[in-house]
Amino acid sequence: MTNQEIFDTLKATYGGAIGSFHEQGGSAYMKRTSSYADIVEYSQIAQICQYLRDEPTLEFDNLNCLSCDDNGDKTLSVIYHMESLKFKHHFAFKVTVPIDHPVVPTVTRVWASANWHEREGWDMIGIQFHGHPDLRRILLDDDWEGHPLRKDYKEPEFYRGMKVGY
Amino acid sequence: MSELFNRTMTTIAPAPVKIIPAERVEPNRIKTEEMILNVGPQHPSTHGVLRLEAVLDGELVIDVIPHLGYLHRCFEKHCEAMTYPQVIPYVDRMDYLAAMNSEHGYALAVERMMGIEVPEKVEFIRVLFAELQRIASHLVAVGTFGLDVGAFTPFLYCFRDREDILEMFEKTCGARLLYNYIWVGGLSHDLHPDVLKMCRDFVKKNRATHAEVNNLLTFNKIFVERTINIGILKPDVAINCGASGPMLRGSGVKWDLRRDDPYSIYDRFEFDIPVGTGKMGTVGDCFDRHWVRMLEWEQSLNIIEQILEQYPQDDKTDVQKAVPKRIKPAIGEIYSRTENPRGELGYYISSKDGINPARVKVRSPAFVNLSLLPIISRGYMMADLIIILGSIDIVLGEVDR
Repeated sequence: MTNQEIFDTLKATYGGAIGSFHEQGGSAYMKRTSSYADIVEYSQIAQICQYLRDEPTLEFDNLNCLSCDDNGDKTLSVIYHMESLKFKHHFAFKVTVPIDHPVVPTVTRVWASANWHEREGWDMIGIQFHGHPDLRRILLDDDWEGHPLRKDYKEPEFYRGMKVGY
Repeated sequence: MSELFNRTMTTIAPAPVKIIPAERVEPNRIKTEEMILNVGPQHPSTHGVLRLEAVLDGELVIDVIPHLGYLHRCFEKHCEAMTYPQVIPYVDRMDYLAAMNSEHGYALAVERMMGIEVPEKVEFIRVLFAELQRIASHLVAVGTFGLDVGAFTPFLYCFRDREDILEMFEKTCGARLLYNYIWVGGLSHDLHPDVLKMCRDFVKKNRATHAEVNNLLTFNKIFVERTINIGILKPDVAINCGASGPMLRGSGVKWDLRRDDPYSIYDRFEFDIPVGTGKMGTVGDCFDRHWVRMLEWEQSLNIIEQILEQYPQDDKTDVQKAVPKRIKPAIGEIYSRTENPRGELGYYISSKDGINPARVKVRSPAFVNLSLLPIISRGYMMADLIIILGSIDIVLGEVDR
């Protein structure tokens, strides 16, 4: 199935929870793998992912990547790229949340691979994945302040008495 | 002392083990107090700076908690201040054992964003170097896996042959480890005229090394006994947890991006995709992962031979012909992936129509593969944990980025 067809299937099943479809240009590869849909009702993400994984015509059994991004306009987003090893088709969707309440439901129960990706998202961008079994910082120290990949991040002058800047 | 021993024997019921330790635990075992053992961060068997917090019951591993970040440089933040070509040296420093492959993936991602077609000759050189680097990386993986088990000699054999590969790279681009060789749209230098001959000699010599390492290590009885039936990863678990590369194929899943989502000119070459079959023990055990690496090494040699046959020697195209003057992709996002020696290396690049990327996120194969360590090592012995970690083949530069 092409991205557009998968999007139509999803739209028919979940209706209002799914926003618009963003087709990516550049090259045929980019169009095939990276075109994404917006999810408006992000409380339903886990159900939508479950559907994508278990529906026999879709079977998205592999979550390739879960990336978090700061859009720079007081919103954060999470992008899910997935593929099916059986049908070799791709799909991606994006969730955008306000920076002052960055809560997104976890998908670790659907794909276990999301576990560390979500921890990294919390560590670097500061998105709280609701229901995550072990949401600790992963790359930075537990007592580090702030989330470095946010656009408004200012690095601390000192960390445990050591100078940070160089 | 004997009194204590008897009392323990009679009053304590069979150990209520938290996580199913499978068939390795005897039913009437004496439960001891749980102990936490820190392995690393400075320990040769962690292959870099990784700390494992192992919860032990006697010698039995109840749980493992990996602590990462000792090598974290946040190169993703640096990328936001760099132009697209300036990112390439950073990408090198991720997986320092397979820098060519990382560059290849990054260059492809940007080319796919801009719709650049590179000359055929460039594709040949890229694939040739990617496969040589894959062999170099597998040589280190196999050699250090031998070290983890206690075999020192194969490691030296592997490094001797890796030297030849590095020499070819050095002749061509001047660097031995971190190359900045594959550029967006081309290469930094043309292939050195000696390299093709060196490559032919290397293939011949390396086939002998392959057989030698098999004799010395793979079919050594001690090695086999140490690596079979431990760290078993079932195929459905592997897919759900996002394993890729030899880790996934070791579990018997035939999935290789070079064949299943071909890039560059991989669709022109014939090669097999080796999968784990439980050759000595169970499907998906440590031996299978090692064996898949050994077979992949052979397949890479086959690809190199085909490249040497088909290489357009009279083609005098400038390797920088397709390099754009100004790299500025249109607004858009891409997730582009290639097959690294360790698995699926993905780049998520978001462009907001500037000369530097708005966001670069790397899905590094070693990072995701390492997240499986707790799942596959519970219920085995402490000594097996080291072997299981070795069979995952992590590079901390890539895990921590």
